[in-house]
Amino acid sequence: MAETTAQQTVEIGYGGTERLVMNMGPQHPSAHGVFRAILTLEGETVVAVDAVIGYLHRCHEKLAENLTYVQYPSIASKTDYVSAMTAELAYVAAVEKVGKIDVPKRAQQLRVLVAELQRIASHCLWLGTWCMDMGGALGGGATIFLYAIRERELVLDLFESLTGARLLYGFHQVGGVRYDVPAGWAERCRQTIDLIARRVDEYEAMLEDNPFFLVRTQGVGVISRELAQDVGVCGPLIRGSGIPYDVRRTEPYSSYQDFDFKVPVETAGDCFARYRVRMVEFRESIKIVRQALDGLAEGPISSRPGVKSVGQVRIPKGEGYTRIEGARGEVGCYLVADGGAKPYRLKWRGASFSNLAVLPYIIPGHKIADVVAIMGSVDPVFGEVDR
Amino acid sequence: MSPLVYHALVGFVVLNAVIGMVTYVTLLERKFAARMQSRIGPYYVGWPHGWLQPIADALKLMMKEDIVPRAADRWVYNLAPLAFLVPCILVFATIPFAPGLGVADLNIGVLFFLAVSALEIVGLFMGGWGSNNKYALLSAMRAVNQIISYDLPFIFAALVPVVLAGSLQLSVIVEAQRAMYGAFVFYPVLGQLAFVAFLVATLAAENRVPFDILEAESELVAGFRVEYSGMKFALIQLGEYAHMIATSFLGALLFLGGWLGPGPAWMGPVWFLLKAVVVFLVVTWVRWSFVRIRVDQILAISWKLLLPATLVLLMATALVVALRSTGGA
Repeated sequence: MAETTAQQTVEIGYGGTERLVMNMGPQHPSAHGVFRAILTLEGETVVAVDAVIGYLHRCHEKLAENLTYVQYPSIASKTDYVSAMTAELAYVAAVEKVGKIDVPKRAQQLRVLVAELQRIASHCLWLGTWCMDMGGALGGGATIFLYAIRERELVLDLFESLTGARLLYGFHQVGGVRYDVPAGWAERCRQTIDLIARRVDEYEAMLEDNPFFLVRTQGVGVISRELAQDVGVCGPLIRGSGIPYDVRRTEPYSSYQDFDFKVPVETAGDCFARYRVRMVEFRESIKIVRQALDGLAEGPISSRPGVKSVGQVRIPKGEGYTRIEGARGEVGCYLVADGGAKPYRLKWRGASFSNLAVLPYIIPGHKIADVVAIMGSVDPVFGEVDR
Repeated sequence: MSPLVYHALVGFVVLNAVIGMVTYVTLLERKFAARMQSRIGPYYVGWPHGWLQPIADALKLMMKEDIVPRAADRWVYNLAPLAFLVPCILVFATIPFAPGLGVADLNIGVLFFLAVSALEIVGLFMGGWGSNNKYALLSAMRAVNQIISYDLPFIFAALVPVVLAGSLQLSVIVEAQRAMYGAFVFYPVLGQLAFVAFLVATLAAENRVPFDILEAESELVAGFRVEYSGMKFALIQLGEYAHMIATSFLGALLFLGGWLGPGPAWMGPVWFLLKAVVVFLVVTWVRWSFVRIRVDQILAISWKLLLPATLVLLMATALVVALRSTGGA
């Protein structure tokens, strides 16, 4: 598989004579939403894959042009609905950058706090669904899925008492955050993350001591360092391929520079490396949450007064791009403002979108069963791919 | 009573008992899996703890619309559930539940069981082929691969107690275990290894995780039964669970001493059922804790590991028996 253009599919040479074209998705148990893969098979081996996306397109960028800076943050969370806190954060950070709006220290730390809790919740869902891809909804995969969902629920309970919502929050607003932590919340949060830290150890014991899990993940779906850079994957994928790239470290935002955490890197580039990266991220996120709770500054949670009307926030003419590290990688938001209460133009860069682009390069040559394992290890969220 | 009427009567009773067992084994498995996954499982249909859930499921499946794909090969498609179900039920004919209690205690009982249970592949392949669906076709291909690969280790593992007992008749095999604390599992080394090999091969023969690549719902949606609905789907499920129970019974007879156990003679069938349930639960336990492995890895495990191992085991057993018979006794 040498140079390819967007029109060509990557195909490997294979000695067989008969080919079968099999359609997987958009309605499929492991489509992770609405992914469609048109597989060309030689027996059980996939020789080419055509990835079709766009089934969940909701015109998010156009929506942003028609909603004010006050309204859109709660819609922005619907781009990446599994990691809504970071999606909102990308939007408000872009608005603040273009509008040159300061964010109080406490609000910045609260943003870090919820972003890391969100990362834990998102990785819980990823672990569960990925194992279900490999283990089946009627098998050991479902067991891990239910364990992981149990922990995700705890984080969602925290978000519920913080914002009143469990999936799409509307927590961030231009200039800060909308809600402060309620009384007793910090203590509950500490207990929850302590529990999750113990449970993550249990998952590791259950998965890594299991030779069947290892043979399914090690050496499968290898993304080489060069390929990762060429295609432009991000997040746990590029860190699993040996490149220590994390926006939180390379371009700190929202006071990440004050926190002590390490960026996990694995060099193998296979599904197992990506799994390891995310498992370490669980622990690093827990560490950051602890630090954020310990060092939470006193002060206001927003530099702007409370919202009274939807047209209240006006941003002077200008444009800017911000990027943050979501659970799946770099989430970018390019904003063009024309001085009104609505953006003139908004462009989303979804992490899942660029991560999915690597699939046609790594899937050919694998068996059908590996297709779902590789796709699960990429952790796509189709709200973010199609927007 | 003429023998014909007697056998028809016994057959009727056993058939219905099997179907009754299948329905409640599904509940047992669901409750067991629920405990493993920190859930409750079926709860609301029937009091307490969803005792009527299997009945409700069966009724629902009976009342569902029967859909036949237009492009399906109608004859093959419609016959497949029956072709799958019949061998799965037929194997119960040779299982004795207690001394003299069973349809037919054949003197080639083990051979009959293994031969008939291998026939289920015909129904599987018919279903996969007749559905005219790519998922089903791939699943049928995998089925043939897997059943051929795992029937051999399964047979070799099952032959170890046969060689030890010197008979293919299941009741004789059970009686031969009386000296071994009532179970062949306690036979030094050989018994334990053979039992482990039997359990692994059982998992594959029953298409359970980690060997459930036929169903593989994350890749092939539902495998060979993806196009089946309503009662035909129910028949396939019935056959699958009947096969599972039959294999558990076989394991209990061959390795765990069947009806042997403390207590009066009428306790025999109870012991037998308990032992079979233990085998079933071990298989279920594995099912709900492992991830599925890939088709090439499954074949590699069978041909490179399990088949040579069971073959060596069988030869070792034969050697032990030969030495025992010549060296005195």
